[in-house]
Amino acid sequence: MEEEATKYIWEGAIPLQIKLHESEITSFPPPPPLMILGLRIGYLPLLVPPLKAHFSSTLPPGTDNVWFDYKGLPLKWYIPTGVLFDLLCAEPERPWNLTVHFRGSPGDVLTPCEGEESVKWSYINSLKEAAYVINGNCKNVMNMSQADQYDLWQSLLKGNMEGYLKISSRLKLGPFGEDSLPSEASETVASSRPSRIPVRLYVRSVGEEIVDIEDAPIIDSWDKISYINRPFEIYKEEGGYVSLKQALKSLLPETFNTNSSQEESSTNVKDPNAPDFEDDNAKLRLVRVQGIEPDMDIPFFWLANCLRNPEFYLHICVFISKQPKLR
Amino acid sequence: MRGVCTRSGSLSAADFYASAIYFSQRWNETNSDFPNWVWIPCSRLGAISEDEGYLVLEKIKLQTERNDSNLELNNCDSCANDELTDEATLVDVHSHDAHLYDLHIAYSFTYKVPVLYFRGYKSDGCHLSLDEIKEELPSHSVEILQKSKWTFMTQEEHPYLNTPWYTLHPCGTGDWMKLLLSSTSYGDKASLIQYLPAWLSVIGQTVGLRVPLELYSPS
Repeated sequence: MEEEATKYIWEGAIPLQIKLHESEITSFPPPPPLMILGLRIGYLPLLVPPLKAHFSSTLPPGTDNVWFDYKGLPLKWYIPTGVLFDLLCAEPERPWNLTVHFRGSPGDVLTPCEGEESVKWSYINSLKEAAYVINGNCKNVMNMSQADQYDLWQSLLKGNMEGYLKISSRLKLGPFGEDSLPSEASETVASSRPSRIPVRLYVRSVGEEIVDIEDAPIIDSWDKISYINRPFEIYKEEGGYVSLKQALKSLLPETFNTNSSQEESSTNVKDPNAPDFEDDNAKLRLVRVQGIEPDMDIPFFWLANCLRNPEFYLHICVFISKQPKLR
Repeated sequence: MRGVCTRSGSLSAADFYASAIYFSQRWNETNSDFPNWVWIPCSRLGAISEDEGYLVLEKIKLQTERNDSNLELNNCDSCANDELTDEATLVDVHSHDAHLYDLHIAYSFTYKVPVLYFRGYKSDGCHLSLDEIKEELPSHSVEILQKSKWTFMTQEEHPYLNTPWYTLHPCGTGDWMKLLLSSTSYGDKASLIQYLPAWLSVIGQTVGLRVPLELYSPS
């Protein structure tokens, strides 16, 4: 089942329709947009070679400084394409209409991207971070040979799942949850570390009045999105079953904490049968992982193992609505 | 959850908060010449966090090669010049030309250590590039950065503001903090509250931030 899920992840792609920004068109008639598939697990700057080939004849003179925008919002190039799509398109747009720029990257807002090397560095860095979360150190990634690092990256670039898995399996970074089962009878103090899963949460707030999530307004600034790069932790003693809902609650404590003016109700904390967050400050409207809206009762470890990205991070897009507070 | 992790060189988020508050108080008490470190609580989706946030120290002059050499240059000028110089003008020229820095200290939930984020500005408000910053760092710090596998500078997004900042990568911090803390005679509890001053005593050197010695004695 997990193998099927991995295949699904690797084959997932977003149909993109990418036009060149009008300020950079020097020819008439203007070039048509490029229709291209963006791998869900890929990154937009990796599409530059075909984009450059398509638009080069019309570009003004100068050095390339490529960046993308969706309805005016500059896109963070180090976020996987599939995540950007799930997060920014409340209503999935097919094809997804993006604009590419070859000049004038907004350096005060976007970290500069110098092509494939930047993306590769960011990717390896994320892999290192995931290894640290899972193992408490990143030795296995740091000790990868140059050849392995190269092959790993090339496999990702080309969407070559078998090639990638051959190398990544040697890193011994998964599956999640295996080491939450005690392997020895006696546990020393040092080994009672929690199990940690690398998670990246992207949270959007949607007005209460929006009935249909697909009507949520377009995001015009990254300040409207909360990015939370925090491992999910669970101690072995807490037991094996954690639902997606419980995991989200523990990752967003202030968002889902009950009002302190209410009496201490312990029922909201660990009862998986409790109604959906009704007493909390915020209401979960939508959760998307790899384009799927998972059931909230799904076991979190299983979800993480099936739907994580190749760098071992589970990226979760969350849409919430604030509850009006009664005082 | 509070955790005593000085053996690993790391600390929990709650202990980071406690150490940050302690450190900023001691700094403000012992360092009246400098602006204060301020704790900015993290505000997320309208909810202000009680204990998640970051420390900021902004618009400060660091002890850089450039600032030190400017000082020397001004001294030489005034020696060579017999006429009475307008002190106010000299000072203005010096500080008008100075580069200013913003320093932020945030907590990494992945590595469980503090992380330094910084930006430099010219007097006209333009951001300094990484090369320009490296040019003015104390020379020994550039050496450290080049040779050490423990710290290196990169440009990354600030964890709470949506802008690019320069940072010293935290993946090696736990290792050298473990060494640093093991060499002190503090018990574990005392170590935790002193974590941030200890950490800054090392990190500060790489960016030319001087930490007054009085800060290390108990208040």
